[in-house]
Amino acid sequence: MTDQRSQAELVRQSLKRRYRKERRFRAYGIAAIAIALSALVILFADIIGKGHTAFIKTTVTLEVDIDGEAMYLDDASDERQMKMADFVEPLIRALMKEIPEAGESDRDDVRDLINPYASNQLRDALRENPELLNTTQTMTFLSHTDVDVYVKHAGDASYSIKLNEKQRGWVDALYERGVVDTGFNDVFFSRGDSRDPSRAGILGAIVGSLLTMVVTLALSFPIGVAAAIYLEEFAPQNKLTDFIEVNINNLAAVPSIIFGLLGLAVFINLFGMPRSVPVVGGLVLTLMTLPTIIISSRAAIKSVPPSIREAAEGIGASKMQVVLHHVLPLAMPGMLTGSIIGMAQALGETAPLLLIGMVAFIVDVPDGFFDSATVLPVQVFLWAGSPELAFIERASAAIMVLLTFLIGMNALAIWLRKRLERRW
Amino acid sequence: MQPANLMLLVIAFVVVAYGLGYARSRSLAMPMGGIRHLKSLPFYYGARAALWCGIPALIVLALWAAFQGKVIQLLVIGSLPPDLVPEGAGQASLLLSKISNVASGALPPGFVEAPIAEAAERLQALRAQSRLYMSVLVVAVAVLAGFLGWIRISPKLNARSQVETTLKWIFFACAALAILTTVGIVFSVAFETFRFFQKISFFEFFFGTQWSPQTALRADQVAAEGAFGMVPLFTGTLLISAIAMVVAVPVGLLSAIYLSEYANKRVRGIFKPLLEMLAGIPTVVYGFFAALTVAPFISDFAASLGINASSQSALAAGGVMGIMIIPFVSSLSDDVINAVPQTLRDGSLALGATQSETMKKVIFPAALPGIMGGILLAVSRAIGETMIVVMAAGLAANLTANPLESVTTVTVQIVTLLTGDQEFDSAKTLAAFALGAMLFLATLLLNVIALKIVRKYREQYD
Repeated sequence: MTDQRSQAELVRQSLKRRYRKERRFRAYGIAAIAIALSALVILFADIIGKGHTAFIKTTVTLEVDIDGEAMYLDDASDERQMKMADFVEPLIRALMKEIPEAGESDRDDVRDLINPYASNQLRDALRENPELLNTTQTMTFLSHTDVDVYVKHAGDASYSIKLNEKQRGWVDALYERGVVDTGFNDVFFSRGDSRDPSRAGILGAIVGSLLTMVVTLALSFPIGVAAAIYLEEFAPQNKLTDFIEVNINNLAAVPSIIFGLLGLAVFINLFGMPRSVPVVGGLVLTLMTLPTIIISSRAAIKSVPPSIREAAEGIGASKMQVVLHHVLPLAMPGMLTGSIIGMAQALGETAPLLLIGMVAFIVDVPDGFFDSATVLPVQVFLWAGSPELAFIERASAAIMVLLTFLIGMNALAIWLRKRLERRW
Repeated sequence: MQPANLMLLVIAFVVVAYGLGYARSRSLAMPMGGIRHLKSLPFYYGARAALWCGIPALIVLALWAAFQGKVIQLLVIGSLPPDLVPEGAGQASLLLSKISNVASGALPPGFVEAPIAEAAERLQALRAQSRLYMSVLVVAVAVLAGFLGWIRISPKLNARSQVETTLKWIFFACAALAILTTVGIVFSVAFETFRFFQKISFFEFFFGTQWSPQTALRADQVAAEGAFGMVPLFTGTLLISAIAMVVAVPVGLLSAIYLSEYANKRVRGIFKPLLEMLAGIPTVVYGFFAALTVAPFISDFAASLGINASSQSALAAGGVMGIMIIPFVSSLSDDVINAVPQTLRDGSLALGATQSETMKKVIFPAALPGIMGGILLAVSRAIGETMIVVMAAGLAANLTANPLESVTTVTVQIVTLLTGDQEFDSAKTLAAFALGAMLFLATLLLNVIALKIVRKYREQYD
């Protein structure tokens, strides 16, 4: 009796300690989730903090006196004269007019406020409309990248401002008067890559990604669905089928860079396909995403109840008719969901594409499946490696665009699943 | 015609063949008194004609498109004057890129030797010829095979079973592509690895402690004789993976335990997808984060403590990789913990154990093999991860266990050796394939073991 009581006493005494332990354990769990989520929050905050300014461009609006004499040009429709003409001079003069305190000795400093390609813009305008010669036009140009950095990040210690004191004063005054202005950076969404950060855009990378994804989807969806149908519905129980299954499961876990090696050795070296084209990228990503699509399609087929098959067979449908007319349509939402997730994976993939040469510096927006191209994540990689902070800023912005696409695709997958999936 | 356009043309032919087959079966059935006298529905006659038309044409198209590039390259090289014929494969690829640059107009013909300009013209001509021949051949095959398929349509023909058998074979071919991919991987790395070991001794590769793959390009060039010892790469990979695991395993495991044992359905429904978002973020984003935010932070922080840390420390790459792997560990552990039968839980709680005691003393031991399997899968993930280390870990092959120093990994070296222009038979490029082979074998081994453990464990409770 005393023994029992003392035992109960012992348990009671230990309870406090045990409950404390219990609370501590629970707190560990909460802390773990908090760590993971704070990593997510810090990641997003960091990228948005670094990149949101990339969506702003700095422009300079000038009253340009397109003076033929100063440009050594008397006929803008004459291509030979156009090649020789000086398109910088009118820009410098227009700027000097806006900055009365700048003297002749400051010409170079004044010129460096405006984008080096502004003269090309003037030339193209004249080429298009030769009548503009010897008139005065109000034109808006991109500012020099250094001005862009100064206007957006003047107070930020991590950015090094390359403008000298005098130029800073001018820019401040011009900004006050609205000559230098900021606006939505449409250049970022309408151009390819460039050596000049303020003219660099992601359209080329987006189109490259799109072309690559078209190839990937067009190949991996039908092949993946067909393979899943075979394995679930037709495959006999034998060694070959087992071998196929083992292969699919292992391929799903092979590091993506290995697929890059495969693409390099087979598609480029063996077949002599060109480097850095969307077709080869799409082929490599197809091989990489196939296991994902096959596995999710098989799960979708498995979830179709046997009663459907039996009913169809009962009224005389052949095996193939059962599959194509009944099982496949019912499994389609699940297959689509899996494929969208596989595509999202492929869209964010970088490593294998580096090996097949999609890391080239490409200015033009690709116009076909056999045109040199780069893709969004590779563009991020390229810009992130640049020592210029203006490119880092654009890399963050490109990440935001990439993540927007990915979140959109995942949301679509979730919506599809909610909307179309049936519970049996 | 371009292959893509040709493919559209073949598809158009296939549609026409379907229509003709369909119409022929109906018109054959008409005098007999309607389609019920046909062995199959008209749809299957059409589909049969379409398959006859499409399959051979597409096979010819695929083969031609796959091999034309290589054949043209060989023809162009073969037609060069003898003094220009390249010696090694490296020279050949340089010469070829020069020729194709001239052909595409990127390099004006005036800038190169006359034979190269001629070769570029020949390349253009051969490409045009190849396109023409391909178009003619594919169209001829499509028309001929389609006609053969069409003419043999008769009411007694069992088109349905033929179409279904063909489809079944097509499905089989798609599934067998998985085998082909594996074979392709094995051969592409094995072949180059074999050539690598002809140049570099087996012993040096596995036990050498020096890694500096820069070899002299020309015989007279002053450069270090390349050293190919993979030990520093291997230890670097292990160091970074170990750091990643130190982050991912406790966080992943504890959050899985909390979400599966403590959290109610609503909390679970909110936090589980949020955790899984970490898995959906592209690795290049993590690389960006590691290289530009975490690494400078660590080196500044260490400097403020008076410790010297590299700006590309293993800690930054490994830590961020750990964050990436958290959802992987947590969802695998979640599966395993949920697979432990409820009776074990109930029994333990009925004896008066607290939830944490139940978890630690009953469920965790029962789930341990499965969790180990999950962790092994996560390790194989970490070893094969590329972008984070390419961006955040260094290139210097240091043999160190200090997480604040810079190390390099197998995947970093593969990317570094293979990006940009390269010649295809130098020990440098071949080394990348040898590393790839090692990586493939290591991850394969880990996966096979892990899957075996997980499967065995699952059967235990099923």
